[in-house]
Amino acid sequence: MERNSWFKEKILLGMTFKDYISRHATLPFLIAFLILAFSFYSMIYRLIYGLGPATNLSDTYPWGLWISFDILAGIALAAPGLTLGTAVYLFGAKDYKKFARPAILSSLLGYIFAVFALMFDLGRYYRIGYVIFWSWGLNSILFLIAWHFFLYIIICLIEWAPAFFEWLGKDKLRDFFSKLGIWATVFGVIIAGGHQSALGGLFLVAPTKIHPLWYSDMLPLFFLISALFAGISMVIIESTISHRVFREHLKDFEPKEFDRKTIGLAKALIIILFVYLILKLFDLAHNDNWHYLKSNYGYWYLLEIVGFVLAPAMILINAVKTNNAKLVRITAFVIAFGVIINRFNVSLIAYNWYIPLAEKYYPTWMEVSLSFGVITLIILFYRFIVRRMAIL
Amino acid sequence: MDRREFLKRALTIAGMTLIGLCGDSSASPQNDKIKGQNYKIRDQNYEEAVQNEGIVQDSKKATGNIANRRNWGKYEKTKEFPKEPYAVLVDLTKCIGCRRCEWACNEWNKNPNRPLKEFEESKDKKPSVFDRIRRTLAGEFTVVNRFYNGGTPVYVKKQCMHCAEPACLNACFVDAFKKTSYGAVLYNPSLCVGCRYCMIACPFDIPAYEYYDPITPQITKCTMCFDRITEGRIPACVEICSADVMRFGPRSEMLRLAHEKINNNPERYINHVYGEHEAGGTNWLYISTVSFEKLGFPKLDKTPIPTYSKNFLFTVKVLEIVAAAPLVWAAYYMISKNKGEKVLDSSATPKNDKTKIQNNRIREQNEKDSK
Repeated sequence: MERNSWFKEKILLGMTFKDYISRHATLPFLIAFLILAFSFYSMIYRLIYGLGPATNLSDTYPWGLWISFDILAGIALAAPGLTLGTAVYLFGAKDYKKFARPAILSSLLGYIFAVFALMFDLGRYYRIGYVIFWSWGLNSILFLIAWHFFLYIIICLIEWAPAFFEWLGKDKLRDFFSKLGIWATVFGVIIAGGHQSALGGLFLVAPTKIHPLWYSDMLPLFFLISALFAGISMVIIESTISHRVFREHLKDFEPKEFDRKTIGLAKALIIILFVYLILKLFDLAHNDNWHYLKSNYGYWYLLEIVGFVLAPAMILINAVKTNNAKLVRITAFVIAFGVIINRFNVSLIAYNWYIPLAEKYYPTWMEVSLSFGVITLIILFYRFIVRRMAIL
Repeated sequence: MDRREFLKRALTIAGMTLIGLCGDSSASPQNDKIKGQNYKIRDQNYEEAVQNEGIVQDSKKATGNIANRRNWGKYEKTKEFPKEPYAVLVDLTKCIGCRRCEWACNEWNKNPNRPLKEFEESKDKKPSVFDRIRRTLAGEFTVVNRFYNGGTPVYVKKQCMHCAEPACLNACFVDAFKKTSYGAVLYNPSLCVGCRYCMIACPFDIPAYEYYDPITPQITKCTMCFDRITEGRIPACVEICSADVMRFGPRSEMLRLAHEKINNNPERYINHVYGEHEAGGTNWLYISTVSFEKLGFPKLDKTPIPTYSKNFLFTVKVLEIVAAAPLVWAAYYMISKNKGEKVLDSSATPKNDKTKIQNNRIREQNEKDSK
């Protein structure tokens, strides 16, 4: 009986089981349930029949949607913890304290589910522990990434632990992890910076396979910087959505203050976007790749750079001038989408760029549904935790 | 697949997951059973397969490769090591496109195969396997492609180049590749996690993957017949070649032979031994009449592929160590600054948070009641 009431209190938010279920029988949950049903089918199908029947991966395209979207794009978009955690806890940007906890939670969930999705991509997923405990390929960039992922998830757990133990009412543990928090943040900066750039570094070994417009010695730096602006735009996106959805959870919500902070984030975004643009231009000039611009790949490259980096930067400048927080929020979506496009470009579209279009990779519906399922899981877990713990 | 088969596979997966960490699962009895099934499927396909397309399909979907384990086992037992690595010199001007090397390779490595006659015929057949440029597959470690120089066909054998500094070895995050002193690059299936990064890294697009094996898929590629050369024999493809295209011997000797051939016949060969310097040098060397770019060889400079990642890894290590100091200092600074207050936000407002949660719950209950 004791346990039952704890369950009712903490998990069901004080409702009975029946009430809890009936309250969740809404259209959004129905859609989520449908997506999950499809993605679970794909997962089981992949596990039983293998990668060959379930995906369009081939010997020419060993990495497909799951790597491009779930890992490369997903991890870049899970950078809020890196950017805001650092700004708040290390550089004392106290103004943004309210943004920090959701940022850390989204990083934690982002990383855990990226690894979850990766398990389906690995041929022998049950050996994932080998890289940590058994056999070390010390010269591999992927080894660096594997270890950094492992460590960073631990770091995110430590940073998130105060909220967790607060929820359980264990004050001593909460205080203990609060004190550890700043150290976790310090190492988190190093670790996150290391692996965000290493994700770009993965493609350094394919100089002959990636289109010259995207291949660069600076790939790691590009990945790191784009992860920074992806992270900040995700903070804006997240706060926009959660302030709309969880409005009733925020007791002392001041729209004006919130807008002011959003504009502040936009200023940071502008600076990082321009640093990125200048480096990209420098890279283009240094490798003398101008002549590639007059091809289909060149137009696509220009669309990525102008449409999703330069244009948003200009719009943001305008938005800051006119104090238009709404415009900032819309632009944040464009920037995050641009980062997803960039990751697809490097890992799929510019990869093996010389082979005919008909032989290029495109994902099967199972690959797509599994990825959507993972996003749905992240959202559901985020919602579950936000409604129970002191995150917002 | 009926229900029983489904259950069996599902249970096997569960079992594999459990024993995965306890050692080499590829040696388990379940695995052998699955491999047996695969052979059966392979035999059936063999009967039904349309000639050329059939074998491509078989090779693509091949599973249960045994060459990897055989060669790795051999490597672990090897005690004698030659002073100089071996190499194969391929003289492309001599190749007549009989594909006997493909047949011999399949035969020796127990890959899906067809009668030798069918391989020899494909040169004159229409349509033919040569109509498309092929790559190595899970059950096919070497392929011969046809290119045209003006009107004359040029046949090019493709297989693992056995780099001096292999990109695959360097890319592997569990260190499952080994560059042996024989020159051969070997793959250890008992460590592989299946990330397929070696396939991304290989500049020659050689490693193939057993995509159709759900539980114990492996990378497959040419082993330079390690299990033959350690016994004093020459690779199967070299042995069967009746056109004298390939020569096997110590690398320096093969290089000397290549340059000698070029110097003696400057009108027959271009002055380029592909593999002498490419990507830091390889243990398969090619000489040809036509420039190698026209024959599907990637244009590579002398930089070994591993150099690209090594430079980056070094930079990251340096930066991480350098960055650690100021960050730790900043952390100390923040802690001492906040000593009076509490360190993190959570400890600053715990009571508020708790009341917030309670309020939420109460609010929700009220909503419920009002309904």
